[in-house]
Amino acid sequence: MSEHSGDAMVLDTPRGSGFRLELARAVRVMVAARWPVFAVVFLGVAAIAALFGSWLSPFDPNRQNLLLRLAEPMATGPDGGTFWLGSDALGRDVFSRLLYGARVSLTVGFAAIAVGGTIGIVAGLLAGYFGGWVDDVIMRLGDIQLAFPFILLAIMFLVVLGSGVWNLILVLGVGQWVTYARIVRADTLSLREKEFVEAARALGDSTPSIIFRTILPNILAPLTVIASFNVASVILSEAALSFLGLGVPPDIPTWGSMLAESRDTLVANKWWLAVFPGVAIMLTVLSFNILGDWLRDFLDPRLRERM
Amino acid sequence: MGAYIVRRLLQSVIVVIGVTLVSFLALQAGGDPTYLFVSERASLEEIEAARQALGFDRPLHVQYLSFVGDLTRGDFGQSLSYRQPAMEIVLEALPATIELTLFAMICALLLAIPLGVLAAINRGTAWDGSITTMSMLGQSIPSFWMGIMMILFFGLYIRLFPISGHVPFLAPLMAGDFGTAFANLPRTIYHLVLPGIAVGTYSLARNTRLVRSSLLEVLEQDYVRTARSKGLPEMRVLVHHALRNAWLPVVTIIGLEFGFLLGGVVVVETVFSYPGIGRLLFAAINQRDIPLVQAGVILLAGIFTLLNLVVDLVYVRLDPRVKLAGGRG
Repeated sequence: MSEHSGDAMVLDTPRGSGFRLELARAVRVMVAARWPVFAVVFLGVAAIAALFGSWLSPFDPNRQNLLLRLAEPMATGPDGGTFWLGSDALGRDVFSRLLYGARVSLTVGFAAIAVGGTIGIVAGLLAGYFGGWVDDVIMRLGDIQLAFPFILLAIMFLVVLGSGVWNLILVLGVGQWVTYARIVRADTLSLREKEFVEAARALGDSTPSIIFRTILPNILAPLTVIASFNVASVILSEAALSFLGLGVPPDIPTWGSMLAESRDTLVANKWWLAVFPGVAIMLTVLSFNILGDWLRDFLDPRLRERM
Repeated sequence: MGAYIVRRLLQSVIVVIGVTLVSFLALQAGGDPTYLFVSERASLEEIEAARQALGFDRPLHVQYLSFVGDLTRGDFGQSLSYRQPAMEIVLEALPATIELTLFAMICALLLAIPLGVLAAINRGTAWDGSITTMSMLGQSIPSFWMGIMMILFFGLYIRLFPISGHVPFLAPLMAGDFGTAFANLPRTIYHLVLPGIAVGTYSLARNTRLVRSSLLEVLEQDYVRTARSKGLPEMRVLVHHALRNAWLPVVTIIGLEFGFLLGGVVVVETVFSYPGIGRLLFAAINQRDIPLVQAGVILLAGIFTLLNLVVDLVYVRLDPRVKLAGGRG
């Protein structure tokens, strides 16, 4: 963590102009690197699909049409519409289902990060600030969890708790907290002794105020990098769990469950059922990975100088 | 060193206890587990009788202790769908899973090291660019989709590799039948190719990036510059000075790697109808055969813990600095 941001806290510099400069620099670096622009554009499209999927989709994603089963891409659908990406074994429009799938993937991705990030940040702050047995208990808990291959933990709990969006978010979120806790703990340990924290203590600030208002704002930046990579891996896990039938209920289309359904028609070469949902997952995950890479280069001056 | 080993061992014991606790609680988290064991038409009296017979009427901590007691005697309970001891069934499927995991891991490492080195020493060139781009892509492809694409491609267009099936190698090997084992080996590998690629792609991509960044970091160290300024040939600098230190982080992740691979294996086995623990777990999940799920999960987590312990202990021998740091964290 740079000294600079610490000083900024104490002096309480108005951040307007500096923030705008940073934003301009962010955009400049992004355009220069090219790939992050594609990532942002794709994620923008995915976000629009997630938010406005119900208006954009040409058909009801669950509307079956047994006469128009397994139609190829660009085939004519019911009411003169077009199956842009074909129809599935029940005659449902693949494109519409893909749009709805974006909603599940992005919602679960972000919500799980919010859950895991919150738990991890609080745990890391407590462990780093108080040290001693608090630190020991929290970090050993983390060790235990990491000793458990995550997918097994998720399978175990979803089997017992039952599937559903909330359980999925909970399990995927809880699966992520350790990463945040470790980083936050390390940063908190080093910040705890810094002058501006001393100053807050000398001014008589309460402990919660020191932890959450003095230390927390100064450790958030590197977490955005972790969060970006994390959304990518959560979306991958969500797809895998949905594929296994442990995701959301069957009436909600997801990319993972679409792929699971595609397996029955694979040997009949209904390739569009297997290709499009996979491409959607890949591009979404890729975008978050690229974004994470870019954020890391952008935030870490040491790496930036090497570019 | 001794103190570190003792602490590391203790930590593993705590982890194993944690694993059993989680598996135990998983059974309880869904409400009264008795209902999993009785038929849907059972009367109230029958349910109550079953609850007592299975011991679910006892306080939780007593149940947990007896659960752990059973585990130490090797009793993982009866599989509900097979009506056999759960651990027997899981152990039968274990060799196939180990074959797939090892195959994917070895291939991924063997390819990742040269690719990562190639990218690092040609930093900023087209080589570096295409290798890093490919590995970024490889990290973004779900393993099971990779499997599906390969079934589509190799099953329908180029019939080069089998898209399902398994020829045992480890099972006859462990039974002492070396002749069969090694006679099987070529066909074992032949059948492992496609699932292996599906499972290993993510690892390959991740390890390539790791080798690259780890080597880049080492190449900037003073001692590498010294070696270069001494006029040593670049190859010698690379092999004798840089790679020696660059592969330390790679060793550390081998243990964790197993856990990552396992995630892929569980799902990919289902895609390829590969007769390992993953497919078994998948079937057990669908039949809500909780004892079988527990046995599978505990076994895999146990192997994972043991492997990480071994890796950490090997690491102490490789990197003397660990001793000074006291091995915390």
